Amino acid sequence: MLKIEHLRKTFNAGTVNEKTAVENLDLMLEDGDFVTVIGSNGSGKSTLLNLIAGVYAPDEGRIVLDDVDLTPMPEHKRAKYLGRVFQDPMMGTAASMMIEENLALAYRRGLRRTLRFGIPAEERARYRELLASLDLGLEDRMTSKVGLLSGGQRQALTLLMATLRKPELLLLDEHTAALDPKTAAKVLQLTTEVVNRDHLTTLMVTHNMRDAIAYGNRLIMMNAGKIVVNISGEEKKHLTVRDLLDKFEVTNDSMILPEV
Amino acid sequence: MSFFPNLLSALPGAIAQGLIWGIMAIGVYITFKVLDVADLTVDGTMATGGAVCLMLMINGMNVWLALLLAFLAGLAAGLVTGLLHTRLGIPVILASILTQLALFSVNLHIMGEKANIAINPDKYNTLVSLRDVRSVSLSNPIFVAVIFTVVLIGVLYWFFGTELGSSIRATGSNLSMSRAQGINVNRNKVIAISLSNGIVALSSALFCQYQGFADVNAGRGAIVIGLASVIIGDVLFSKIFRNFALKMFSVSIGAIIYYIVIQIVLTLGLNSNDLKMFSAIIVAIFLGLPYLKEKYSGKRKLAAGKWASDHA
Repeated sequence: MLKIEHLRKTFNAGTVNEKTAVENLDLMLEDGDFVTVIGSNGSGKSTLLNLIAGVYAPDEGRIVLDDVDLTPMPEHKRAKYLGRVFQDPMMGTAASMMIEENLALAYRRGLRRTLRFGIPAEERARYRELLASLDLGLEDRMTSKVGLLSGGQRQALTLLMATLRKPELLLLDEHTAALDPKTAAKVLQLTTEVVNRDHLTTLMVTHNMRDAIAYGNRLIMMNAGKIVVNISGEEKKHLTVRDLLDKFEVTNDSMILPEV
Repeated sequence: MSFFPNLLSALPGAIAQGLIWGIMAIGVYITFKVLDVADLTVDGTMATGGAVCLMLMINGMNVWLALLLAFLAGLAAGLVTGLLHTRLGIPVILASILTQLALFSVNLHIMGEKANIAINPDKYNTLVSLRDVRSVSLSNPIFVAVIFTVVLIGVLYWFFGTELGSSIRATGSNLSMSRAQGINVNRNKVIAISLSNGIVALSSALFCQYQGFADVNAGRGAIVIGLASVIIGDVLFSKIFRNFALKMFSVSIGAIIYYIVIQIVLTLGLNSNDLKMFSAIIVAIFLGLPYLKEKYSGKRKLAAGKWASDHA
């Protein structure tokens, strides 16, 4: 269960460029919740995810995951509980290392890194199986450098790495935005497969309203650092793009969402 | 026409020197290639290692123990740079310049306030010495340096294959990914910079035994020689050597080639005062080559595209 209380983050405080990215935000996620997050550029979606992941420290507020207070922890310590996929396919994998090395690094997320050999043979067999399940032919290229893969392949691999060791919370930050439509659909399909299989609690930021409606059991919309729409249950199931647009106009008629 | 005889007689010395500096260059490889930072601490540690080793030997310490302590002294110097960078947020290149500057004073103190100390290979049991460079025996410095290089590469190959070593390579490859996978990137940077400087100090300790003296200025421009070796090795062997151990060997070979080239230009009559200038120019050329190659081939592609569209 994720509990966020009174979270606030201001960038460049006290200057002309002052920007309050997240403003007194409260959010509760039950175990197994799959929440899609939408909102215009600058509404604070990515900042929210980065605050949870520990990229920035909040000015105020608390982030508690399964009774563990993440707020004072540095990014690499929180990683124990979090799986993350970034918008930029280059960010989630080490390009100069092999596919199997990347997987072995991810498999040790949250564990102490010792002087034992980095990739024991028995792990290799498991990686091969998991890569085969992606259906991208990567199982035969385990010793290829990740830098040789396409953006879609790298995102699929990052997703696999994020969920290799079951995370308490999966953070997807517009992870299909940089991909072509066909590849994006494939990565999104893989995402739902793994989320459903492992019952992962998930926050998925997206720019695509249709995806936000089609996936997950909850939907939140952000504007100016606040959650302005919070839909779940039956209402989420019957939601249409039209409804969402109407809600948008009610809350803020100047807000624009691309890719409707 | 005494060029070839002169060069041939100088060749063993150049190879021995290249091998010993190759160990130093492998240290530079760890920061420059694996960690992807420019660490100039080595200009200081390349004097520290020898100073520590020779002073301890002159005071009666066993040569192996003296080597170990020289290695640890280098480790400590790297630790300072690593902590300046990770704890105070000073960019590596600046942090390392600060350490290097401070090391100049430290090195003078180590050498008992003298700029230069000598060690007589007849009186002390040095592992390598200039006078054995043409002898056909196990005490030939070329043989000893090859053993050191092989063992060092073996140990590093093992280390960078471990969980910890892999996470250091990941730190050098992608910081965001490393943090997201729970890797303590700051700790890893400190480990890598320390290890690198330990190896450089080891090379320094061997080199000072080889030439029979330690000098407070011994490390001036060391980073340039280290980079030259890394780059020469990379340019010549990156297509054939893909394995990590072989890449380190190519660095060692790069250092040997560097010293042979230096020997050639010296034999041709280059003023030895111009050596540092010559080194700087070589490294500038090799560092700039990949960029120019890209730019040139890019232009050619543009031109070819223009030709194609003009004649369509």
